[in-house]
Amino acid sequence: MNSAAAPAASDALAARAHQFEDAEQQHHASWLGMWVFLATEVMFFGGMFTCYAFYRAGYPGAFAAASNQLDVLLGAINTAVLIGSSLTMALAVYSAETGSRRATVNFLLLTILLGAIFLGIKSYEYHEKFVEHFVPGAAFRFEGPFARPAEIFFSFYFAMTGMHALHMVIGIGLLAVIAIKARRGRFSPAYYTPVELTGLYWHFVDLVWIFLFPLLYLVGRHL
Amino acid sequence: MNDQPHMTVRSYILIFLVLLALTGLTTGVAFIDLGRGLNNVAALTIAIAKALLVILYFMHARYSDRFTWVIAAAGVFWLLILLGGTMDDLITRNLLPGGQYFTP
Amino acid sequence: MNGAPREHYLNVDYGIRSWLFTTDHKRIAWLYLLSLTLFFFIGGFFATLIRIELLTPQGDLVQSETYNKFFTMHGVTMIFFFLIPSIPAVLGNFLIPMMIGARDMAFPRLNLASWYLFMFGGIFTLAAAAAGGVDTGWTFYTPYSSIYSNTHVVLTVVGVFITGFSSILTGLNFIVTIHKMRAPGLTWFRLPLFVWSHYATSIIFILGTPVIAITLLLVGLERVFHLGIFDPARGGDPVLFQHLFWFYSHPAVYIMILPAMGVVSELIAAFSRKRIFGYTFVAFASLAIAVIGFLVWGHHMFVAGESVHSAMIFSFLSFLVAIPSAVKVFNWTATLHKGSISYDAPMLYALGFIGLFTIGGLTGLFLATLGFDIHVHDTYFVVAHFHYIMVGGSVMAYLGGIHFWWPKMTGRTYPEPVARIAALIVFLGFNLTFFPQFVLGYVGMPRRYHAYPPEFQVLNVFSSAGASILAVGYVLPLIYLVWSLRYGRVAGANPWDARGLEWQTPSPPPTHNFDTVPRVTEAAYAYDKEPEEVYEFGSSPSRV
Repeated sequence: MNSAAAPAASDALAARAHQFEDAEQQHHASWLGMWVFLATEVMFFGGMFTCYAFYRAGYPGAFAAASNQLDVLLGAINTAVLIGSSLTMALAVYSAETGSRRATVNFLLLTILLGAIFLGIKSYEYHEKFVEHFVPGAAFRFEGPFARPAEIFFSFYFAMTGMHALHMVIGIGLLAVIAIKARRGRFSPAYYTPVELTGLYWHFVDLVWIFLFPLLYLVGRHL
Repeated sequence: MNDQPHMTVRSYILIFLVLLALTGLTTGVAFIDLGRGLNNVAALTIAIAKALLVILYFMHARYSDRFTWVIAAAGVFWLLILLGGTMDDLITRNLLPGGQYFTP
Repeated sequence: MNGAPREHYLNVDYGIRSWLFTTDHKRIAWLYLLSLTLFFFIGGFFATLIRIELLTPQGDLVQSETYNKFFTMHGVTMIFFFLIPSIPAVLGNFLIPMMIGARDMAFPRLNLASWYLFMFGGIFTLAAAAAGGVDTGWTFYTPYSSIYSNTHVVLTVVGVFITGFSSILTGLNFIVTIHKMRAPGLTWFRLPLFVWSHYATSIIFILGTPVIAITLLLVGLERVFHLGIFDPARGGDPVLFQHLFWFYSHPAVYIMILPAMGVVSELIAAFSRKRIFGYTFVAFASLAIAVIGFLVWGHHMFVAGESVHSAMIFSFLSFLVAIPSAVKVFNWTATLHKGSISYDAPMLYALGFIGLFTIGGLTGLFLATLGFDIHVHDTYFVVAHFHYIMVGGSVMAYLGGIHFWWPKMTGRTYPEPVARIAALIVFLGFNLTFFPQFVLGYVGMPRRYHAYPPEFQVLNVFSSAGASILAVGYVLPLIYLVWSLRYGRVAGANPWDARGLEWQTPSPPPTHNFDTVPRVTEAAYAYDKEPEEVYEFGSSPSRV
């Protein structure tokens, strides 16, 4: 009845989760659970994307002018950093799947590092925007006829990248916990579900940025 | 999911390189005027291609059961419902008499 | 069996810690039951204040600003903290694992976390009420909510935001549990319709709730950081807020009715002793309601400024969504035909549901009609419509379900004669409260006003009188159900001789629900067979 892999790990697993019949059912249920959660996240971010699309269609000139104030180079570098972190995350899952404890830990730490670099660059960008008076609110200043809708652009810039950054902070926290567990030898080819699920979450955060980058940074750059 | 890993290290690195290339492409193309709103189409197309690569290969959707696909597709589809309904309102505001509040 | 009292989920452990740290889905259902009852009476308290004010045409009980807080708090409490969780969190949590032959939900700890999130959000909202309340209406329309209101909007939206995650986790748990943990032989089309309706509800939980979460978050951000994203003076569009708000809040009403329909299917089958007519149609109708329900949100915005083109599409789709509901009503009625009907209290609630939901649903079609809606939008016609569905429908189904499964949950039966009287009182009180409101709306009385022209007073007095009768009807079960815990007749495993896996285990059930894993060999509602022919409890022990 138990899976053919290392009996000790799956027995420990089965003892942990009494409501399941076997390890395979538990693993698949956890996998599906994370995908369902990610579907909720699609709708969560999707609400903001909808607002953004609405106002971009309504104020194309203003959104182009505001977008051009963002630093494309930093945005592109950050995109590369985040995609790189997805690679290291995938390799961490692969290492867990193939039983390399050291590699698992190292790739998880690399993922954390790349995530931290991303957040560092983002913080620098936020600081720049603050200095340039592009933070919405009383101190907002934008030259030219597009001031009002430009403030809307920047409201969504901060809301969307801020929510994304919050998800990254949570992700880094999760990665740290998983890295500690990996170091303690809690995962094996028979049981690496938490690494896998953290991977799914991290890739999702990358997915959001894959859309945020062109939508926020690359509006009307050809004008 | 307990037997051989579906992907090799090489394939992960390959996908990564393609993603990097697509990032460069979308950044570069943004500075070229493709005319008639095609810049938006290009940016979205490239983003969707990148997203598919991440979902199918990094997230292993390619090797997963049908229900996983259904969940992923449902999320996207529902977002399209929200987007579609909201945008339909906006772009038809001047189509028929009566709805003229927010004219861009 | 041998003199020692039998161990079950209620007596297996005692003490507050065994409740607050439980992962047993049945105990979690009780945690929800208690907190939801509290919120129901808090919402009822605000309703009482409203109906007292509306006894006289003048706004003489309270100022208009205070009245605005009454209906806001009534709506927020009843919708987010009672109706949306009610049947899923209490009956769904208790019954779904049992109905599918499982030992617990897929994620028991997430289940407990759901309840804590619910309570945490509830505390924020109660704090907002205690601090002076909110006056925006439960719909939080901008820019009033995001800029101009001077009440505790942020506190309230934070509370609703947190509670939303309770819904999301519940829906996630239900979906994975129903997919992965059905007993051997329990194929999809052998599931009770209660399970189908909760599955459909969970789709809405998952895909709708996040949208209101982000929407309320944006309102909070606008208030705190003085953004202008929904402010027309700064280039924003209030109608955009309404799109986002109603994208969830319309499907939310299907969250409130689908589980109720699931309960009704179980009750009609049990008290007609027949299979539900057109089972497959009813199952698919649940899914259809969930899906089409996401396509109609703009019917709340016909006069808000959305485009006429958009309004026409939403109107058409709103007609469409009535069809699966009608299918269910027809099928329940057909089930009754030539059934062996008994009129116990749960059945009275179920029959009441069918009648009142039909009225509420038909008046929904009136409102979906663009031309008609222009006249009755924001009048008491709308108020009557949704109360017929939510109170005449959902609350009655909730009470019917609580009564039906009370013996299973507690091992006691409630006093049937009193329960029947209470059900009749609820039915009469309800109609006296809300039917006059259809007339009031039609002749022009607007909603959310604390004063009205004197010619509307008679109907308002009827309505308030009905509300006091309704209140009695709601307090009675509270009293006799609690009474039955100690003095009620001890119930056996299957006091109704119903079909369904939950009746094949003792009342109250053991913590792990079943001593051996059942195997299912027949479709649901096999009232033409004995349970032994339907369920096989073999020798393979269920692993504890």
